[in-house]
Amino acid sequence: MRRSVANRLTPYMFLAPAAVIMAIALLYPLGYMIWGSFRDWNPSQTIGEAEFVGLKNYVTLWNDPNFHESLGVTLKFAFFVVSFEMVIGVGLALLLDRDIRGMSVLRTLFILPMMIAPVVVGLMWRYMYHPTVGTFNRFLEDIGLPSVDWLGQHALMSIIIADIWQWTPFIFILSLAALQSLPSSALEAARIDGATGWQQIVHIKLPLMMPVLIVTALLRLIDAFKVLEVILVMTQGGPGLSTEILALRISRTATEFRELGVAAAMSNYLLMLLLLLTVAMFAFNRLQEIRAARTRAAAEEGV
Amino acid sequence: MPKIRLENLIKRYGNVEVLHGIDLEMADNEFTVLVGPSGCGKSTTLRMIAGLEDVSEGEIYVDEKPISHLEPKDRDLAMVFQDYALYPHMNVAQNISFALRLAKRPKSEIESKVRDVAATVGLTEFLDRKPGALSGGQRQRVAMARALAKDSSMFLFDEPLSNLDAKLRGQMRAELALMSQRVQKNMIYVTHDQIEAMTLADRIVVMHGGYIQQQGTPKELFQRPVNKFVAGFLGMPPMNFLEGVIEERSNGVYVKGDGFDLRLEPEKAAGAKSHSSKEVTLGIRPSDLKYDPDVAAEDALQLDIMVSEYIGAQSVLLCQCGSAKVMVELNSDVPVSFGQSLTFAVNTNGVHLFDRQSEVAL
Ligand SMILES: Nc1ncnc2c1ncn2[C@@H]1O[C@H](COP(=O)(O)OP(=O)(O)OP(=O)(O)O)[C@@H](O)[C@H]1O
Ligand SMILES: [Mg+2]
Repeated sequence: MRRSVANRLTPYMFLAPAAVIMAIALLYPLGYMIWGSFRDWNPSQTIGEAEFVGLKNYVTLWNDPNFHESLGVTLKFAFFVVSFEMVIGVGLALLLDRDIRGMSVLRTLFILPMMIAPVVVGLMWRYMYHPTVGTFNRFLEDIGLPSVDWLGQHALMSIIIADIWQWTPFIFILSLAALQSLPSSALEAARIDGATGWQQIVHIKLPLMMPVLIVTALLRLIDAFKVLEVILVMTQGGPGLSTEILALRISRTATEFRELGVAAAMSNYLLMLLLLLTVAMFAFNRLQEIRAARTRAAAEEGV
Repeated sequence: MPKIRLENLIKRYGNVEVLHGIDLEMADNEFTVLVGPSGCGKSTTLRMIAGLEDVSEGEIYVDEKPISHLEPKDRDLAMVFQDYALYPHMNVAQNISFALRLAKRPKSEIESKVRDVAATVGLTEFLDRKPGALSGGQRQRVAMARALAKDSSMFLFDEPLSNLDAKLRGQMRAELALMSQRVQKNMIYVTHDQIEAMTLADRIVVMHGGYIQQQGTPKELFQRPVNKFVAGFLGMPPMNFLEGVIEERSNGVYVKGDGFDLRLEPEKAAGAKSHSSKEVTLGIRPSDLKYDPDVAAEDALQLDIMVSEYIGAQSVLLCQCGSAKVMVELNSDVPVSFGQSLTFAVNTNGVHLFDRQSEVAL
């Protein structure tokens, strides 16, 4: 009797340390942030001294055009970045999914950008985008074209390009893995059925990769909402508010404007947005499972 | 419909040669079965005909036109895969009609074709289901229907029944035989199951180790196997092999071994006498051994029963003849007991002799 209780408790005992660390490292700051977002809180005060203001911070943000601007930039950034990365990443995977000598080297090369620290990526691109000595403008000059004001007039486009460069490999490797796990005989059957290479992609490969692609896109989307370092290094949000994504605005609100409560409220808005995406992702997975279970059940009864 | 001819077909993977020159001719509307043990190159041969594997050397001719440079889709063939290879994201109707839709046939034609084919294989009520929601046998039918819908002139099958249970396999085998009579196409069928091969084939091609061992009608191969491998591969229960020596005596030619001394019938005797080596392997099918206590010793095998397997009207007995094991069939009504010694008459026309070294039939 005692023994069986102990047996049942064993897994929880093993889980306990991880649970404690989770609580301290994750839930505590999260709770702190939510708690702080209801207060008018200056960095020089402890949270206890700060005045409780209820939903004021949230309401202020809701009506703040700068916040809207920042949110807009974030959404635009995330949308373009993920769209382009999906198209390029999946396209590359479809192109490179074949047995050619040297392909493994090529694949490794493609993955390199993902392995570089974000700050280094930011510095690198800032240098390349430099109006006079930067790689791009020097190149444009050399071939006799007018130079481009990369980080000024076209700042948003420039940071989008840099992000695409850095994160396309992520989509690429996941798509490649999905492609290589496709049932090869279904593709052979399609070849015999008369599908051209392009038709195989449209009718067989893409539909079968879709579950992986959707999850990949959602992961990238969640990540794109949180980018900070690269943009901080490249533009610091400027010029004006043109590249001030939410993560950057949050950090500035906390440090420059010294309004911890507002920053916390903003973080919570972002958190809710991400939560929505995550829930969407889980719901999608769950839906797939349910559908799989249902078809399995139907198969069993239909033997 | 077309004539298919394989000429000195060779396949190499890197430095490893897995097919060593396959020469094969298949006549119009012939049902050809490639049969052989696992790894002998059946699938590779079939996939080369389909265009899914490159030909390393040699050529494939269809109506005397070389086709080995053509894409699979340009070869006018349909194929049924061992794992069915259905498109998991399409329902049954879409699976069946995929080739027709790619060929941009008119919608009404596609619909009627799908309905016809589905009715033929008994899938009408499942047209809306995805393959994941079908049983193994139903999936197999979808694969068959998809091949039928294409109206190609050649059908290729790669072990289409091997994933089914024994009963369903028997049923599908019969349906397949019916279908092949009805559609009148060239069929090439790969299997490692010799019963499938015997029942379905117009022509059997026995392969082993990347070589064709023998080809011909099922009857030819069963009655006159050219070597010990073919003899042992076809027939169930398999042929018994006993080692013996040819002895010429005044009253005839005998083959003598551990526990037996058989007289050969005149035709066999002539062949055995002219052969250089006297060391032979004697092959006798269980069906050529009849229980008969009164037969003369020189026409019989004396067998000690080791195991009796009851399988209904017939029992299969595993017996000992000298140091060799021999399988025989016996009416289950005959009472037998372990260790008992029984006399079996040998059908002298059913005696096969093979050179012990080369294993070629004498
Ligand atoms: N891609 C490959 N690379 C190297 N060797 C291969 C490859 N595919 C097949 N082989 C070899 O070729 C030989 C023939 O294979 P094949 O698939 O034709 O056998 P099979 O007769 O169809 O056997 P089974 O009855 O098991 O399906 C085998 O020895 C196998 O190891
Ligand atoms: Mg095979």
